Amino acid sequence: MTETSKKPGHPTEAEGSHAGFTGLDPNASISRKLRDYYGALQEEAIPDRFLDLLERLDAAERKAQPTEKT
Amino acid sequence: MTEKGKEDDRSFKRTLLATLPNLRAFAVSLSGRQDRADDLVQDTIMKAWANQASFTPGTNMKAWLFTILRNEFYSQMRKRGREVQDTDGVFSSTLATHPEQYGHMDLADFKSALDQLPEDQREAILLVGAAGFAYEEAADVCGCAVGTIKSRVSRARNRLQELLGISGEGEFGPDSEAASVTVRALGG
Repeated sequence: MTETSKKPGHPTEAEGSHAGFTGLDPNASISRKLRDYYGALQEEAIPDRFLDLLERLDAAERKAQPTEKT
Repeated sequence: MTEKGKEDDRSFKRTLLATLPNLRAFAVSLSGRQDRADDLVQDTIMKAWANQASFTPGTNMKAWLFTILRNEFYSQMRKRGREVQDTDGVFSSTLATHPEQYGHMDLADFKSALDQLPEDQREAILLVGAAGFAYEEAADVCGCAVGTIKSRVSRARNRLQELLGISGEGEFGPDSEAASVTVRALGG
Protein backbone atom coordinates (compact mmCIF):
# COMPACT_ATOMS: atom_id res chain seq x y z
CA MET A 1 0.00 0.00 0.00
CA THR A 2 1.40 3.37 -0.90
CA GLU A 3 0.13 6.74 0.10
CA THR A 4 -1.42 7.17 -3.34
CA SER A 5 -3.75 4.27 -2.69
CA LYS A 6 -7.17 5.58 -1.72
CA LYS A 7 -8.65 2.49 -0.13
CA PRO A 8 -6.60 0.66 2.44
CA GLY A 9 -7.25 -3.05 2.27
CA HIS A 10 -7.94 -3.50 5.96
CA PRO A 11 -8.89 -0.24 7.51
CA THR A 12 -9.09 0.14 11.22
CA GLU A 13 -12.19 1.91 12.39
CA ALA A 14 -10.54 5.29 12.33
CA GLU A 15 -8.95 4.71 8.94
CA GLY A 16 -12.22 3.40 7.64
CA SER A 17 -14.05 6.59 8.31
CA HIS A 18 -11.08 8.43 6.93
CA ALA A 19 -11.22 6.45 3.71
CA GLY A 20 -14.87 7.30 3.26
CA PHE A 21 -13.98 10.87 3.98
CA THR A 22 -11.31 10.79 1.30
CA GLY A 23 -13.73 9.53 -1.29
CA LEU A 24 -16.48 11.92 -0.37
CA ASP A 25 -14.92 15.06 0.81
CA PRO A 26 -13.12 16.64 -2.13
CA ASN A 27 -16.46 17.04 -3.88
CA ALA A 28 -18.32 18.00 -0.73
CA SER A 29 -15.69 20.59 0.00
CA ILE A 30 -15.87 22.06 -3.51
CA SER A 31 -19.66 22.12 -3.33
CA ARG A 32 -19.61 23.87 0.00
CA LYS A 33 -17.10 26.49 -1.14
CA LEU A 34 -19.10 27.08 -4.29
CA ARG A 35 -22.30 27.59 -2.34
CA ASP A 36 -20.56 29.89 0.15
CA TYR A 37 -19.07 31.96 -2.62
CA TYR A 38 -22.29 32.14 -4.63
CA GLY A 39 -24.38 32.73 -1.52
CA ALA A 40 -22.26 35.73 -0.60
CA LEU A 41 -22.85 37.20 -4.06
CA GLN A 42 -26.58 36.60 -3.84
CA GLU A 43 -26.78 38.37 -0.54
CA GLU A 44 -25.40 41.58 -1.96
CA ALA A 45 -28.08 44.23 -2.29
CA ILE A 46 -29.53 44.64 -5.75
CA PRO A 47 -28.14 47.91 -7.13
CA ASP A 48 -30.73 50.67 -7.37
CA ARG A 49 -30.02 51.06 -11.06
CA PHE A 50 -31.83 47.80 -11.75
CA LEU A 51 -34.86 48.69 -9.69
CA ASP A 52 -34.97 52.11 -11.33
CA LEU A 53 -34.65 50.53 -14.72
CA LEU A 54 -37.58 48.21 -14.08
CA GLU A 55 -39.69 51.10 -12.85
CA ARG A 56 -38.88 53.09 -15.97
CA LEU A 57 -39.62 50.18 -18.27
CA ASP A 58 -42.89 49.63 -16.49
CA ALA A 59 -43.83 53.29 -16.66
CA ALA A 60 -42.88 53.57 -20.32
CA GLU A 61 -45.00 50.59 -21.14
CA ARG A 62 -48.03 51.96 -19.34
CA LYS A 63 -47.62 55.24 -21.17
CA ALA A 64 -47.25 53.50 -24.51
CA GLN A 65 -50.50 51.63 -23.98
CA PRO A 66 -53.25 54.17 -23.66
CA THR A 67 -55.72 51.47 -22.68
CA GLU A 68 -58.48 52.23 -20.22
CA LYS A 69 -58.05 51.24 -16.64
CA THR A 70 -58.10 47.47 -17.14
CA MET B 1 -54.46 44.23 -23.15
CA THR B 2 -56.69 41.69 -21.42
CA GLU B 3 -57.13 41.04 -17.69
CA LYS B 4 -55.07 37.94 -18.12
CA GLY B 5 -52.37 39.90 -19.89
CA LYS B 6 -52.18 42.41 -17.05
CA GLU B 7 -51.92 39.65 -14.52
CA ASP B 8 -49.11 37.99 -16.49
CA ASP B 9 -47.41 41.37 -16.66
CA ARG B 10 -47.37 41.76 -12.93
CA SER B 11 -46.15 38.27 -12.35
CA PHE B 12 -43.50 38.77 -15.03
CA LYS B 13 -42.09 41.76 -13.21
CA ARG B 14 -42.39 40.05 -9.84
CA THR B 15 -40.54 36.98 -10.99
CA LEU B 16 -37.91 39.08 -12.69
CA LEU B 17 -37.32 40.98 -9.46
CA ALA B 18 -37.21 37.81 -7.41
CA THR B 19 -34.68 36.25 -9.78
CA LEU B 20 -32.35 39.27 -9.85
CA PRO B 21 -30.07 38.27 -6.92
CA ASN B 22 -29.47 34.84 -8.44
CA LEU B 23 -29.10 36.24 -11.94
CA ARG B 24 -26.61 38.81 -10.76
CA ALA B 25 -24.60 36.27 -8.77
CA PHE B 26 -24.43 34.18 -11.93
CA ALA B 27 -23.34 37.18 -13.98
CA VAL B 28 -20.59 38.09 -11.50
CA SER B 29 -19.27 34.57 -11.21
CA LEU B 30 -19.51 33.85 -14.93
CA SER B 31 -17.82 37.04 -16.08
CA GLY B 32 -15.52 37.30 -13.09
CA ARG B 33 -16.04 41.05 -12.99
CA GLN B 34 -18.54 43.11 -11.11
CA ASP B 35 -18.73 46.03 -13.55
CA ARG B 36 -19.17 43.78 -16.55
CA ALA B 37 -21.66 41.66 -14.66
CA ASP B 38 -23.87 44.62 -13.86
CA ASP B 39 -23.89 45.69 -17.51
CA LEU B 40 -24.79 42.14 -18.37
CA VAL B 41 -27.68 42.11 -15.91
CA GLN B 42 -28.92 45.45 -17.20
CA ASP B 43 -28.87 44.21 -20.81
CA THR B 44 -30.64 41.06 -19.70
CA ILE B 45 -33.41 43.01 -17.98
CA MET B 46 -33.95 45.12 -21.10
CA LYS B 47 -33.89 42.13 -23.43
CA ALA B 48 -36.25 40.17 -21.22
CA TRP B 49 -38.62 43.10 -20.98
CA ALA B 50 -38.61 43.69 -24.70
CA ASN B 51 -39.26 40.01 -25.34
CA GLN B 52 -41.91 39.42 -22.73
CA ALA B 53 -44.32 38.39 -25.42
CA SER B 54 -42.09 35.49 -26.40
CA PHE B 55 -42.09 34.12 -22.87
CA THR B 56 -44.76 31.52 -22.22
CA PRO B 57 -46.31 32.18 -18.81
CA GLY B 58 -46.17 29.15 -16.60
CA THR B 59 -42.91 27.89 -18.06
CA ASN B 60 -39.56 28.23 -16.33
CA MET B 61 -38.88 31.94 -16.28
CA LYS B 62 -35.68 31.58 -14.28
CA ALA B 63 -34.21 29.33 -16.97
CA TRP B 64 -35.45 31.74 -19.64
CA LEU B 65 -33.71 34.69 -17.95
CA PHE B 66 -30.48 32.77 -17.43
CA THR B 67 -30.53 31.79 -21.09
CA ILE B 68 -30.81 35.43 -22.11
CA LEU B 69 -27.98 36.44 -19.80
CA ARG B 70 -25.78 33.62 -20.99
CA ASN B 71 -26.35 34.46 -24.66
CA GLU B 72 -25.62 38.08 -23.90
CA PHE B 73 -22.40 37.11 -22.12
CA TYR B 74 -21.10 35.09 -25.05
CA SER B 75 -22.10 37.64 -27.62
CA GLN B 76 -20.31 40.39 -25.69
CA MET B 77 -17.33 38.14 -25.23
CA ARG B 78 -17.14 37.50 -28.96
CA LYS B 79 -17.26 41.22 -29.57
CA ARG B 80 -14.48 41.85 -27.12
CA GLY B 81 -12.32 39.04 -28.42
CA ARG B 82 -9.24 38.23 -26.46
CA GLU B 83 -9.50 40.98 -23.94
CA VAL B 84 -11.79 38.79 -21.86
CA GLN B 85 -9.10 36.19 -21.27
CA ASP B 86 -7.26 38.55 -18.95
CA THR B 87 -9.28 37.80 -15.86
CA ASP B 88 -6.34 36.91 -13.63
CA GLY B 89 -4.76 40.32 -13.61
CA VAL B 90 -8.10 42.01 -13.19
CA PHE B 91 -8.90 39.76 -10.32
CA SER B 92 -5.68 40.54 -8.46
CA SER B 93 -6.24 44.24 -8.77
CA THR B 94 -9.87 43.97 -7.73
CA LEU B 95 -8.82 41.95 -4.75
CA ALA B 96 -6.21 44.49 -3.80
CA THR B 97 -8.68 47.34 -3.83
CA HIS B 98 -11.72 45.58 -2.42
CA PRO B 99 -10.58 42.73 -0.23
CA GLU B 100 -13.63 43.12 1.99
CA GLN B 101 -15.90 42.35 -0.90
CA TYR B 102 -14.93 38.71 -0.85
CA GLY B 103 -14.95 38.22 2.87
CA HIS B 104 -12.20 35.91 3.99
CA MET B 105 -9.40 34.74 1.73
CA ASP B 106 -11.04 31.38 1.33
CA LEU B 107 -13.71 32.85 -0.92
CA ALA B 108 -11.15 34.90 -2.79
CA ASP B 109 -9.11 31.76 -3.44
CA PHE B 110 -12.22 30.03 -4.63
CA LYS B 111 -13.10 32.86 -6.98
CA SER B 112 -9.61 32.83 -8.38
CA ALA B 113 -9.85 29.09 -9.06
CA LEU B 114 -13.29 29.46 -10.60
CA ASP B 115 -12.01 32.16 -12.93
CA GLN B 116 -9.38 29.77 -14.22
CA LEU B 117 -11.92 27.25 -15.45
CA PRO B 118 -12.87 27.22 -19.12
CA GLU B 119 -16.19 29.06 -19.58
CA ASP B 120 -18.16 25.95 -20.48
CA GLN B 121 -17.11 24.20 -17.29
CA ARG B 122 -17.58 27.29 -15.18
CA GLU B 123 -21.12 27.91 -16.32
CA ALA B 124 -22.02 24.25 -15.90
CA ILE B 125 -20.86 24.02 -12.30
CA LEU B 126 -22.41 27.40 -11.48
CA LEU B 127 -25.81 26.50 -12.89
CA VAL B 128 -25.96 23.07 -11.30
CA GLY B 129 -23.96 23.55 -8.12
CA ALA B 130 -24.99 27.07 -7.16
CA ALA B 131 -27.84 28.61 -9.12
CA GLY B 132 -30.18 25.73 -8.35
CA PHE B 133 -30.80 24.20 -11.78
CA ALA B 134 -31.33 20.53 -12.47
CA TYR B 135 -28.99 19.00 -15.05
CA GLU B 136 -31.81 19.02 -17.61
CA GLU B 137 -32.55 22.70 -17.04
CA ALA B 138 -28.88 23.60 -17.21
CA ALA B 139 -28.67 21.73 -20.50
CA ASP B 140 -31.58 23.80 -21.81
CA VAL B 141 -29.95 27.03 -20.69
CA CYS B 142 -26.68 26.09 -22.40
CA GLY B 143 -28.32 24.54 -25.43
CA CYS B 144 -26.47 21.26 -25.10
CA ALA B 145 -27.10 17.65 -24.11
CA VAL B 146 -27.61 16.63 -20.49
CA GLY B 147 -24.63 14.30 -20.72
CA THR B 148 -22.47 17.20 -21.83
CA ILE B 149 -23.48 19.22 -18.78
CA LYS B 150 -22.79 16.29 -16.50
CA SER B 151 -19.33 15.77 -17.88
CA ARG B 152 -18.54 19.49 -17.72
CA VAL B 153 -19.63 19.65 -14.09
CA SER B 154 -17.50 16.66 -13.29
CA ARG B 155 -14.46 18.12 -15.07
CA ALA B 156 -15.05 21.45 -13.34
CA ARG B 157 -15.07 19.73 -9.94
CA ASN B 158 -11.86 17.89 -10.65
CA ARG B 159 -10.15 21.00 -11.91
CA LEU B 160 -11.26 23.01 -8.89
CA GLN B 161 -9.94 20.31 -6.61
CA GLU B 162 -6.58 20.51 -8.35
CA LEU B 163 -6.49 24.27 -8.30
CA LEU B 164 -7.45 24.47 -4.65
CA GLY B 165 -5.17 21.63 -3.69
CA ILE B 166 -7.97 19.48 -2.36
CA SER B 167 -7.06 15.96 -3.29
CA GLY B 168 -7.72 13.97 -0.21
CA GLU B 169 -6.67 13.34 3.36
CA GLY B 170 -3.55 14.98 4.62
CA GLU B 171 -4.00 18.08 2.53
CA PHE B 172 -6.73 19.48 4.67
CA GLY B 173 -4.49 20.44 7.53
CA PRO B 174 -6.28 21.93 10.50
CA ASP B 175 -9.56 22.03 8.57
CA SER B 176 -9.79 18.30 8.16
CA GLU B 177 -11.54 17.69 11.42
CA ALA B 178 -14.21 20.32 10.83
CA ALA B 179 -14.65 19.11 7.28
CA SER B 180 -15.11 15.53 8.36
CA VAL B 181 -17.69 16.62 10.92
CA THR B 182 -19.58 18.35 8.13
CA VAL B 183 -19.37 15.29 5.94
CA ARG B 184 -20.68 13.11 8.73
CA ALA B 185 -23.51 15.55 9.37
CA LEU B 186 -24.42 15.68 5.68
CA GLY B 187 -23.98 11.96 5.28
CA GLY B 188 -26.61 11.44 7.96
